[in-house]
Amino acid sequence: MKTLLVAEYRENKLLESIYECYGFTKQFASDIVVFGVGISSDLPQFDRNVKFYFADSSKYGEYNPDFHKSLLIKVIEKEKPEIVIFSHSSFGWDLAPRISALLKAPMLTEVVEYKDGTFVMPLCNNKLRRVAKTSGSQIVITLQGGAGQSEKGSVTPELVDIDADVVSKYNFVGYEEAEKKDVDLTKANIIVSAGRGVGKKENISIVESLANALGGELGSSRPVVDAGWVSHSRQVGTTGQTVSPKLYVACGISGAIQHLAGMKKSEKVIAINTDKDAPIGEVADLLVVADLNQFIPVLIENLKK
Amino acid sequence: MNILVCVKQVADMEAKFKVAPDEKWFLEDDIAFKMNEYDEYAVEEAVKFRESMPDSNLIVLSIGAERVKEAIKKALAMGCDSGVHIKHDKEYMLDSYSKAYAIYEYAKDKNFDIIFTGMQSQDRGSAQVGIILAELLGIPSVSTIVSFKYESGEVEVKRELEGGKKGVVKLKTPALFTCQLGLNTPRYPTLPNIMKAKKKSIEEIEFSYSGNLAETDKIYFPEKKGGAMIIEGDPKELAQKVVAFLKDNGLA
Ligand SMILES: Cc1cc2nc3c(=O)[nH]c(=O)nc-3n(C[C@H](O)[C@H](O)[C@H](O)COP(=O)(O)OP(=O)(O)OC[C@H]3O[C@@H](n4cnc5c(N)ncnc54)[C@H](O)[C@@H]3O)c2cc1C
Ligand SMILES: Nc1ncnc2c1ncn2[C@@H]1O[C@H](COP(=O)(O)O)[C@@H](O)[C@H]1O
Repeated sequence: MKTLLVAEYRENKLLESIYECYGFTKQFASDIVVFGVGISSDLPQFDRNVKFYFADSSKYGEYNPDFHKSLLIKVIEKEKPEIVIFSHSSFGWDLAPRISALLKAPMLTEVVEYKDGTFVMPLCNNKLRRVAKTSGSQIVITLQGGAGQSEKGSVTPELVDIDADVVSKYNFVGYEEAEKKDVDLTKANIIVSAGRGVGKKENISIVESLANALGGELGSSRPVVDAGWVSHSRQVGTTGQTVSPKLYVACGISGAIQHLAGMKKSEKVIAINTDKDAPIGEVADLLVVADLNQFIPVLIENLKK
Repeated sequence: MNILVCVKQVADMEAKFKVAPDEKWFLEDDIAFKMNEYDEYAVEEAVKFRESMPDSNLIVLSIGAERVKEAIKKALAMGCDSGVHIKHDKEYMLDSYSKAYAIYEYAKDKNFDIIFTGMQSQDRGSAQVGIILAELLGIPSVSTIVSFKYESGEVEVKRELEGGKKGVVKLKTPALFTCQLGLNTPRYPTLPNIMKAKKKSIEEIEFSYSGNLAETDKIYFPEKKGGAMIIEGDPKELAQKVVAFLKDNGLA
């Protein structure tokens, strides 16, 4: 199966996600080609010579869907890959559906696994899994982080330059950096995080008191930050911090993929959740099925003994 | 301004799911449905924008079974002017392309200046319908917006990237935007607005497009990998077990 991998560059830096796409693809593809808009001093390296369709970012700039899509379509027309693979990032989930629409090819989002000849996707916050039948000769895939084993080699690919003349109505102005953090969760040994299950702002103090009792820091999931109950510097996950404490306590957190991505390297995980099927159970060592607002005060009492 | 916002009704993710006998979907009998969380942000942004543009018209559209009217009514109570219901009893069997196409068929001659969708649906998480719709309409689109500003025909949005970084993008209308969590604070419909919404019209259209590119073959529960030790029961006993766990691991 011929597969085209889409490499991502940001601010003239190749992102490591290409190696995960490569590792994943090697499970089924014999013929692999790569596409990217980047800089020739930072090229991916594989374990064999791979053709790399390359456009220079000094000409095309940072990600612009119109430029990227026109360049990529050219490569697809030339190579006729059966599968086009992106990493499921802000770049991949933006560009992939455009390619799907142009090719009129089915798209499978956030693939987590290749199993029995098919691609597996999460459903309903990862509580369920889904496999699909596709029609036509091409499919477009975005790959969830962690789905593949990262594989890097030492062979620099053979470059094939590509060009496209496009006008774009999409005007990328620039980047805005993340706000400065007032706490550094990455250094904490113990993190006790509050999720939407706390119910209301006042209840954050219950979770905070458990953090204090354990000598740890308060963390949180995203909805709690979006609601303004906790500052963004305490958010754990893909758009927050990536942490790896000795103990992570998830209070009223369901365990969405984007949250897990930020905390699954924790050594021990305790979850407190009213739903015993909550996906956080996949990464927790201990899942306490309880209402956190009632349970945490009892737990603190017992810790003092 | 002609504004469109697309909403999907999804299951409550905390529901106890049971796979249906045909393994294509889950049994819906005991499940509560609500508006897709991302779409609440889309509706709020659309309503805020509409309120700032007196001579505007804001339409909310949803594809699905009879029950999706509830999601449409909620959007009407939040401030949309009228609704469109594209009827399909088995929305879950449609892929993103055919849903986008059905919306395209409706929208293509209506000259919408701005279209809002959610970034993704909570159940499928495909993050495709909005962008494919924009591509079919031939208008620019920006995904995952966390900020939206409009000034005389020009829109400035911020796209959320990884790790808290944002990308600033400017474009002219017509354009489509997919909305990310935290874009705004979705309002709760007030009782008077719920009453007012009852008088707003909902146009019904039969879903006619049959061009699925992908179809669900099977859904199933993942095998529990390692999995947590699950403890239930009396809070005091649970607390003792947690303390014992912490002590065993040198954490307390
Ligand atoms: C591009 C992108 C980036 C994202 N980045 C992040 C990120 O960095 N971090 C992040 O966290 N999320 C992120 N998200 C959002 C993520 O998908 C989820 O929406 C979010 O993690 C859910 O937070 P939650 O678990 O607190 O809430 P929910 O999913 O609503 O879960 C609440 C949980 O609380 C439980 N509960 C309810 N009441 C109680 C109670 N009384 N006692 C105990 N338990 C209770 C429920 O059973 C449920 O499991 C991102 C999403 C996208 C699309
Ligand atoms: N059945 C539907 N009816 C109306 N809009 C939908 C429907 N399904 C998806 N959408 C819109 O497309 C967005 C992305 O959905 P998806 O591509 O399924 O992740 C949602 O947030 C909605 O705004």
